[in-house]
Amino acid sequence: MSINARPILVIGGGIAGMTAAVEAAEVGHRVILVEKEAYLGGRVMRTHRYFPKMCPPACGFEINTRRLRQNSRITVHTLATVEEITGHAGNFKARIRVRPRYVTGTPSLDGAIADQLESERDNEFNLGLGRTKALYLPHEMAWPPLHVIDREALSDADAAKLQEACPAGAIDLDMADEELEVKVGAVVVATGWRPYDAARLDHLGYGRCANVVTNVMLERLAARDGPTGGKILRPSDGDPPRNVAFVQCAGSRDENHLPYCSAVCCMGSLKHVRYLREQDPEIRATVFYIDIRTTGRLEKFYQDMLDDEHVTFLKGKVAQVDEDAATGNLQLDVEDTLSRETLHPEFDLVVLATGIVPNTADQPLPGDLAYDEYGFVTGDGATAGVFAAGCATGPCDVSSATKEATGAALGAIQSMYGGD
Amino acid sequence: MADKIGVFICTGYGIAEALDVPALLELATGDCGAAYCRTIDTCQGADLETIAADIAREELDGAVIAGISGRRYDDGPLPPDVVVENVALREFIVWSQPPGEEDTQMLAADLIRMHVAKVGKMACPEPFRPEEELDRTLLVVGGGVTGLTAALAAARTGYQVRLVEKSEDLGGWLARQHRSIPTGPPYRDLEDTGIAKLMADVLEHPRITVHTSTVTSHISGAPGLFDVTLRAEGGTGPEEVCRVGAMVQATGWRPVDPRPDLSYGQVPDVILNTEFEDMVAGGGPLQRPSDGQPVTSVAFIQCGGSRDPAHHSYCSSICCLNSLKQALYVREVSDEAKAYIFYEFIRTPGQYEEFYRRVQEDPGVFLTRGEVTDVAPAAGRLAVSVKDTMLGEQVQVQVDLVVLAAGMAPNAADGEAIRAFSDAKLAAECAETDTQRAEATARAEHLAHHEGTEILNLDYRQGPDLPSLEYGFPDSHFICFPYESRRTGIYPAGCVRAPMDGRGSRADAAGAALKAIQCVEMTARGEAVHPRAGDRSYPDFFLQRCTQCKRCTEECPFGVLNEDEKGTPLLQATRCRRCGVCLGACPERIVSFKDYSVEILSSMIKAVEVPDEFEEKPRLLALMCENDALPALELATQHRLQLNPYVRIVPVRCLGSVNVEWVNQAVSRGFDGVLLMGCTHGDDYQCHFIKGSELAEQRGENIKEKLDKMAMENERVEIHQVQIRDYERLPAIFDAFAETIEEIGMNPFKGM
Repeated sequence: MSINARPILVIGGGIAGMTAAVEAAEVGHRVILVEKEAYLGGRVMRTHRYFPKMCPPACGFEINTRRLRQNSRITVHTLATVEEITGHAGNFKARIRVRPRYVTGTPSLDGAIADQLESERDNEFNLGLGRTKALYLPHEMAWPPLHVIDREALSDADAAKLQEACPAGAIDLDMADEELEVKVGAVVVATGWRPYDAARLDHLGYGRCANVVTNVMLERLAARDGPTGGKILRPSDGDPPRNVAFVQCAGSRDENHLPYCSAVCCMGSLKHVRYLREQDPEIRATVFYIDIRTTGRLEKFYQDMLDDEHVTFLKGKVAQVDEDAATGNLQLDVEDTLSRETLHPEFDLVVLATGIVPNTADQPLPGDLAYDEYGFVTGDGATAGVFAAGCATGPCDVSSATKEATGAALGAIQSMYGGD
Repeated sequence: MADKIGVFICTGYGIAEALDVPALLELATGDCGAAYCRTIDTCQGADLETIAADIAREELDGAVIAGISGRRYDDGPLPPDVVVENVALREFIVWSQPPGEEDTQMLAADLIRMHVAKVGKMACPEPFRPEEELDRTLLVVGGGVTGLTAALAAARTGYQVRLVEKSEDLGGWLARQHRSIPTGPPYRDLEDTGIAKLMADVLEHPRITVHTSTVTSHISGAPGLFDVTLRAEGGTGPEEVCRVGAMVQATGWRPVDPRPDLSYGQVPDVILNTEFEDMVAGGGPLQRPSDGQPVTSVAFIQCGGSRDPAHHSYCSSICCLNSLKQALYVREVSDEAKAYIFYEFIRTPGQYEEFYRRVQEDPGVFLTRGEVTDVAPAAGRLAVSVKDTMLGEQVQVQVDLVVLAAGMAPNAADGEAIRAFSDAKLAAECAETDTQRAEATARAEHLAHHEGTEILNLDYRQGPDLPSLEYGFPDSHFICFPYESRRTGIYPAGCVRAPMDGRGSRADAAGAALKAIQCVEMTARGEAVHPRAGDRSYPDFFLQRCTQCKRCTEECPFGVLNEDEKGTPLLQATRCRRCGVCLGACPERIVSFKDYSVEILSSMIKAVEVPDEFEEKPRLLALMCENDALPALELATQHRLQLNPYVRIVPVRCLGSVNVEWVNQAVSRGFDGVLLMGCTHGDDYQCHFIKGSELAEQRGENIKEKLDKMAMENERVEIHQVQIRDYERLPAIFDAFAETIEEIGMNPFKGM
């Protein structure tokens, strides 16, 4: 095989980007992996468990970080963004901006020092649920296993405290932005997704009613390293919920919001029902849906749940959610599509199954990429030498993201192949 | 084996404050027999370069670095030809034990002893280099859209490809389609299938050799060294043997039998969606099979075979999209033509929702949620009865034609089941008693439907095809690592792996081609593929002591070992995933890796200094899976959870690699109890080596029986399933075990 000596640039270090990077590197190619957050793993690391096996994402992540750590062909830049891409297939130039971490990693810092600080910041890993110190490990499985300093949140007194207490060289509060220019042969775009902004779903009570939460928030509430230590509790009073509604297609399949289907929310909500059923054998859950979309072998997860007397499926679109000020309970306005009756059931927690928005929706990448009207990257390799994978191309689950990423790795290698 | 070992003990990370480091240094060069030792601030950055320089200057061939966990730093600067072991003093001492205590110091001393002993027995692995040259050619089995795409992708990346298709023509199901569902914006219009161009590109490509009407009648060997016998004329013609490096199995799908209550096979105008596609693709006017009358109304019945727990319980994923597409075919007949689609759920994920919306807008397509209860001839047409619709409790429509969206089943064979069938048949023939014969016959009958289903015809002891997971899909860790089959170098792709559309099949083909290419490249470098990617060790079998018990050949999760007539294992090294399950299985202890063996881990166990019973300090051994249980324990220390100071941890590649000898060693050396900690097993197994943890559980039961026979309390061995996020449970498991041991008392063999 004639190998183009230039590395492959992978943009995005979530499950798709990590997969593309290790798969290409294990073939024998050099890879530069660029991630905008301080850690790899992206959205899956905020997921408590995967459907349908109910297994922790950290399990596969540990294997992937080992593959990455032991493979000298991979260079990882976290806190980094690609600012510019020029050139053509086989010969691109990319400009990468690396934001300061203020923690050098050498020597490794003992995180216990954070306990002595006063300065705090919102815990964005937990979606703003709770706070961390201004020196923090992004999450307990973070890779690279390095703390970060939120320089803006760090008070002068705390800065002085850190300078005093940290081993020499462990932190550098004067660290500045760094710019790198790299020559690469191909690009894999794996920039992922973000949840649809629930604040736009005012009619469904989000922001108006304390006990209306989103599906991504529920993942953090269920996680042991989340804001409630793994207990799903009502935000208003911290009580465990007893009767929970799931509102499917909260934004998705709706021409006023996201016209497409977000593909994973049905399985996501069914998984959340399982979290609740494991937490409390008496709990009741009702899923309001248009269609239950559990394709392939995932169907079994739904079929098994039909036997559960504590779970009700009701075909109907929720029009309105209102709060009872005294109890914090929620009243739904929903039409049962089959009976055509309007129902007003009451619940003590409502979970909105918000959808997937590509990160490229309002932040197109540098370079000449084609997007559909929703901002998903289209046209498999239409821009020669650039390949997209995972939720950058369309809403998908982890299994599809890893599959696309592996294929994108091949596309990248193929585009650099020197032969015919 | 390393005989000049250096010990490097970090003083940073709080280690010097927690431990008497000078005493450890004295221990290293004293009792442990290290050739060299020193303290160093850290085990990172420039300090690592200092260590590398010391190793070179002192001509060391082994090193123990006691500092932070190896999971947390890059040991790149260290020379590759030196055996290096890492001791996580920060995690297992500073973060999880009280500083300055006697027990803390004893634990640290044991950690040094264990790892110096280990390094003393280890050697650097040398990559496997067979005498024959390793081949990089890829074999693609199946010439549908997946196989064609995989072949072309690999060829365009520089690899030679053999493409084998059992039928006369390439193209598979896609070549029989009239149009494809829309794959790009605006996601509304049907597209050309693109199959003609794909076939032409494949046929023209100089690196692809196409074999149609051909089957693989025999495949022997291993990655890089597969010998494939191709048999032309559909398996009856002449044979040709070729050498390939890896394979993509793209054998596709077949329609499932439709629900028996919908009159298919009894009423000629009830047809499958594949038959309807053939009718449209044929180009003629739509006519009823029964009387040739024109078709102007069609009812599509969704889930006509799928999503039925009694039948095919999974969803075939693409039948909704397919019926929406075929409804548009009907609408092309005339403005008056009508298409009805009866469904429970319409499943058009992602941007396909746009296509659904476009079909909904069509005034001649009637999408109705409901359950079809009957299809029957009525006045020359067909009456379809539907209940629980949005239009009323029971409706009936009259149509010219009924199309069943029956669903897709993988064209896969379950290799393990085929082997089990032939074993059962043989057992019935050789049975000595009537009961044995009856049991074996019943077993054979139960498996009889697997007879003659072979596709790949692998010459593997564990069966002629890939083993399958639920529903016959031949994969394993389908969430995180979708291409990992249980046969190294053979990657399933397309509808044999899961029902998917043409676009999905193309993406899947590219991924599987990448994995096949990666396999031949890693094999050529002498490296293991996933999950121990890059591992250059491989097992060595000391066959002179083999008793042909066949445990290794039966238990290997990846079918690595074949057998000769007597049952002696025949290693196919490039199939090996280096999990060590064979090492764990072998009662004669003849299996070893250069850096992992019964002897190496025994040396760690023996190195522990076990206090006598009067000191009242029990010693507990924990054999922990390094993939999940050990990282979980490190996570516990990161959260500063305190660990029982009497536990001594020995990491293992997989719990399935645990040899009973280690437990025996521990008991005879005076350990008071042994913990085995591995991954979750069962239907939703998390074991990276598929069944290693399950095998360990079975072996653990045998160990307990053995303890009973020795008049020892079998509570001295406990087996736990641990997930990587279970860190909070671990200290409690240790403490509870220590309590159990305290109740039953110290090991009576202590000090003997």
